[in-house]
Amino acid sequence: MVANPRPYIFIMVILLALFGFYNYVIYNTDGYVAVEKLSPVAVNGQQLFQKNRCWSCHQLYGLGGYLGPDLTNVYSTEGKGPNYIKAFLNSGVKSMPQFHFTEEEKDALVEYLKQVDETGIYPNYDAEIEATGWVKIKYRNEE
Amino acid sequence: MKNKVPLYFLLFALIALFMGMFFGLAASFQYLLPDFLKEAFPFSKLRPFHVTSETSWIVLAATGSIYFFVASVEKFELFSSKMQWLHFLLFLFTGVAIYFSFAFDYTEGREYFAFKPILMIPILLGWVLFGINYFKTLYTNMKGWPVYFWMWGTGIAFMCYHLMEAHFWLFDFFRLHFIKDFAVQWKSTGSFTGSWNMLVYGISIYLMSKIKKDSNVATNKMAFFFYFLGLINLMFGWAHHTYLLPTQPWIRYVAYGISMTEWIVLASIIYNWKRSVLKVEKENHPMAYRFLLATDLWIFLNIILALLFSIPAINFFTHGTHITVAHSMGTTIGINTTILFSALFFIAHRLQPRRQMDTPWVMRGFMVFNISLFIFFVSLIIAGAKRSYWMYVSKEGSFAEMQDSIVPYYISFFIFGIGIFVSLLIVANPIFKVFLQKIKT
Repeated sequence: MVANPRPYIFIMVILLALFGFYNYVIYNTDGYVAVEKLSPVAVNGQQLFQKNRCWSCHQLYGLGGYLGPDLTNVYSTEGKGPNYIKAFLNSGVKSMPQFHFTEEEKDALVEYLKQVDETGIYPNYDAEIEATGWVKIKYRNEE
Repeated sequence: MKNKVPLYFLLFALIALFMGMFFGLAASFQYLLPDFLKEAFPFSKLRPFHVTSETSWIVLAATGSIYFFVASVEKFELFSSKMQWLHFLLFLFTGVAIYFSFAFDYTEGREYFAFKPILMIPILLGWVLFGINYFKTLYTNMKGWPVYFWMWGTGIAFMCYHLMEAHFWLFDFFRLHFIKDFAVQWKSTGSFTGSWNMLVYGISIYLMSKIKKDSNVATNKMAFFFYFLGLINLMFGWAHHTYLLPTQPWIRYVAYGISMTEWIVLASIIYNWKRSVLKVEKENHPMAYRFLLATDLWIFLNIILALLFSIPAINFFTHGTHITVAHSMGTTIGINTTILFSALFFIAHRLQPRRQMDTPWVMRGFMVFNISLFIFFVSLIIAGAKRSYWMYVSKEGSFAEMQDSIVPYYISFFIFGIGIFVSLLIVANPIFKVFLQKIKT
């Protein structure tokens, strides 16, 4: 049994207060680069991305599954883009099944990936690695 | 035994563990043969089954163990047995509903919570009931809680909060701002893991204090120091998952600073290693003791890996590769599962003290489990290193070519995944028998 728990209760109260303040700030802080809100079509695309569990295999900003490639900048990468995305959605490839999306659904998915693309860069090849171990990433508005 | 609900939790936890491993193996087979059954059982369908089952294993086993320790070891009278029953039934029926949700593609949720978001309501209700029952029981029975009671209470409270936070995306205030939304999503999943770690690590301290018969382990100032350090990491350390997301830099600075405090944990492990091992009384709980020893080793390996990739310069190269998977599997299997198996053996011994648990088969299973996990872990690290080389150094060839080049490591990952599955089945066999006998009587 702990003889005097009061100091621990005091620390807990302070941490909870800090946590509350920290969460308030996080929830009210947007990304570093100002971008448009997701459009209704992009939100529809996001819903399709979730409903079909695209995240199981694909990543955005390196977060997601590892069976398929990262899609953060698939919209703007040279040699890829909207038609490339639709071609994969139409036919599937390797372990990716055919999804039988309608044309409207494919447009929504492409719009979602377009708006994701506008938020930043991944992999961030032009990031600067500093001696402190910090990485200064390159943002979209620095292009 | 009057109150059997903890055993029901533990039994379903074990079933979830083995079902989850089966789904995981079936999913990983598609890394080897991408076309195999891809239309009927695509990877994207199997992965949610795997992830949810394994998460359920950890959560149900931790919950069942805590109920057992509180009611049957500490002999505290539960505030409400009905509430405990309701908690179990809520989790059971929601679990079944989630499997149906996956089977019939009602998967509007996000990674780790892929099921229909409405199913989060009964899950949350279950946690709230657990919380009420836990805090009311402890409040009336004990003053001056040892650290494990703090950890369990913290785990329950933060689990409720972060499960809600994981669904903030349902509101446009978050959803329409992609970067903020994505950051909060990964904040919540990181802290969700931190919450179950509070439950599981609390169990490990509880077991150490009971096996050693030394309550000081859980009441000294150092134990509380590490508890608060863990809590600070749970609250503020999540952003190392999102170093490469274009959030405000201060969010990442805070995460970098907080994550580096874990070096203190590593230094402490190394400093205390020999002393803690020698002090342990192992005669009465041979398997619980061995699994805790294995935990020590796996914590050591995983904390080094985690610390390294919490440094942004290293994270830059490991992020988005299988090295992250090695870390998540290494911690959930190597740390959480070994602690929970230690708890299961401890409980089985309490139920049938005369039964021999460290039979030759169980010992072989234990050895094969650790060896398989080590090779499984190393295979993922090599696969991740090769992927990172492809992404940042060679930058040559297509994604498919890169995947083909790491197939040998996927084969190793698959084979030793089977090794983990079979060895844990062997190890769990006597536990199953004890629990089933106790449930029948």
